[in-house]
This record gives sequence, C-alpha cells and structure tokens, in this order.
Amino acid sequence: MPGLSGRMSTIVKSKISKLLDRAEDPGETLEYSYQKQIELLQNVKKGIADVVTSKKRLQLQEENIKQQVVKLDTQARQALAAGQEDLARTALERKNVAQTELQSLDGQVAQLEQQQEQMTASEQKLRSKIEQFRSKKEVIKAQYSAAEAQVRISEAATGVGEEMADVGLAMQRAVDKTENMKARADAVGELEASGAFEDLTALGPGEDDIDRQLKQLSSTTEVDAELEKMKAELGGGAPAAAGELGAGDAAAPAEEVHGEDGVKSPPIPPAEPAQKAHEGEAH
Amino acid sequence: MIVRISTEGQYELGPEDTDKLNELDNKAVSACNADTEEQFRAAFSELLDFVRHRGHPVPEDELGPSDVILPPPDTSIEEARAEFTGEGLIPG
Repeated sequence: MPGLSGRMSTIVKSKISKLLDRAEDPGETLEYSYQKQIELLQNVKKGIADVVTSKKRLQLQEENIKQQVVKLDTQARQALAAGQEDLARTALERKNVAQTELQSLDGQVAQLEQQQEQMTASEQKLRSKIEQFRSKKEVIKAQYSAAEAQVRISEAATGVGEEMADVGLAMQRAVDKTENMKARADAVGELEASGAFEDLTALGPGEDDIDRQLKQLSSTTEVDAELEKMKAELGGGAPAAAGELGAGDAAAPAEEVHGEDGVKSPPIPPAEPAQKAHEGEAH
Repeated sequence: MIVRISTEGQYELGPEDTDKLNELDNKAVSACNADTEEQFRAAFSELLDFVRHRGHPVPEDELGPSDVILPPPDTSIEEARAEFTGEGLIPG
C-alpha cells in the first residue's frame, strides 16, 4: 500500500526486524524482546519524571512572574501618583512583557500536563502488554516443538516489536516536546536573571539594552491604554499621596472612601436614612 | 485487516474497507504535498476517523502485527512531508 500508511509501515517493520535480528535462537529472541520491553518501561517512567520536573519548574517561574506583575503594577501606580509618567510607562511596559510571558507559560504547563497523562496511559498499556508477553513466552517455550515455536515466536515477537516501536515513538515525540519546553524554560530563566521583570527601583538612569528590547516587545498601544486607565483611577488628588508610596494602592482608597459610605447606606430603614448615616460617621 | 494508528492502537477492519482506506490515504498524501496545514489536517483526520469508526479496537491481549500502520494523530504537515523525503518519523 502506498501513501502515508505504506511509508510508515515500511519504517516500523525495518525497525522491528533490526530489533529482532540480534537474537538467533527462538528462546533467545523471546528473552531479548522481554528485556527490551522492561528497558522501555524504565525509559517511559524516566520520561514521565522528566515531564513532571519540567512542569514544576515552569510553575515555579509562573509564580515568580505573577509576583513581578503585581509589583510592577504597584510601581506604575506609585510612579504615576508621584507625577513620574515616564517611569510609570516603563513599569507598564515591563508588566506587559511579563504578562505575555505568563500567558505562554500557562499554555505550556497545560501541554505538559497533557503529555504527562498520555505518557502515564502509555506506561499502563505497555505494562499490561509486557505482562501478557511474559506469560505467552512461557507457554510458547513449554508447548511447541522447535519448528513450530519458530513461527509462533516470530509472530508474537513481531506483534510485540510493533507495540514496542509504537510506544517508543510515542515516547520519542513526548521527549522531543519536553526538550522544547525545557529550552523554553531556560530562556525564561535567563530573561528573569537578566532583570527583565525586575524591580524598577533597581533601574539605573540611562536606558539599557533590556529597556530598548522591552520597548520593541511590548505593545505601545496597550501600555498607553493602561496608563490612561490608571490615570483615571488615580483621579486628580493623586500628588497628595506621594508621601506614602510604600502602601502600593495608597492613592486610590482616598478617592473611594466617600463612594463606599454611600453604598453602605441603603440597608438602613428608609425612614431617617440621612440622619443615621451621618450619626454613624460622626466620631 | 489490522490497521494501527501509531501511538494510539490497533483496529480491525473488514476487507471491504480497503479501497476506501486507500483512497483516503492517497488523499492525505496529496494534501500534504500540495496544500496548507489545515487542509492536510482535514484530510488526515478523515482518514483516522474512518479507521476509528469502521474498525473495532483489537483486544489488549492480542499481540499480532499490523497490516498497515498510520502515522500518529498529531503528525504535522512538515513531518508528513519529511516522511516522503526519506527522513521519516522514526529516525535510525
């Protein structure tokens, strides 16, 4: 059969015969196949452990970057409250980069999770195939004469060989994907180490390479929009709060206090609402 | 006829399904040579779905070889093309 299946079948069959040619007598073929399966099962287990490690590493990076996002947002608000719009913009640009990174990390963690599930399923399947093979090989050895055994063994071994080649292929694809993820995790690690998501207060006066890169990377319109939104939230009374920058959101609550009192009023019986509300406030 | 979808499992199909399988297989090949990723994906999925729906899964305790082996469901168009330029999905 030509087509995709034809090519694939040819490749797998040549792989199997390579695998089985190494052993000469039937008994040896069986034991050799069995050993190979056990080895493969070990590799699958190791592969699963690798995926779990990569996933944990990415999750840890996600946590770090999440913290940076919060920090940069606070810093942007503080800078804006203090009237330093340029600094606020830089902070938002960095936040933008960090958020983009976060989204991509999310996707990768989900992919790794899926891979882990697939590999665990492969492991279980392989384990049950190996168990069947083990009992079958004992039956074959015990029951058949040498001539018969040769045929039975080659049948069973080809079937098992195909199963092994298939699990091997699944593993190889999973490992390749994991390698990509690892490279990705390394790159994010380097970006973190270079200070791309770092504390703004550590930033020197001039622009460095990272700053220039950040400006290219981040979407200017998004940053502009967020800056405008932040300005609106901070309102006009912002500069007064500049002295208490440590609290992060310090500037915003000053504006919201009155609004919140208004919201609290409704539960009070409608008869004398204005009076009671004022009494509650007077100290 | 036993058909294996790589990384998924084996299915038993009747002899009456051979022609259709061949036709879908060839369609997937021409899609991978001429068309976009999306078109290849559609043709390849049609082939896989045909095997899954027409075939009966081979029981776990059977250890027989397949007559036909299909590439893994997540094969990309680049990988499928590489299949035909000799590199193959299983190097070595």
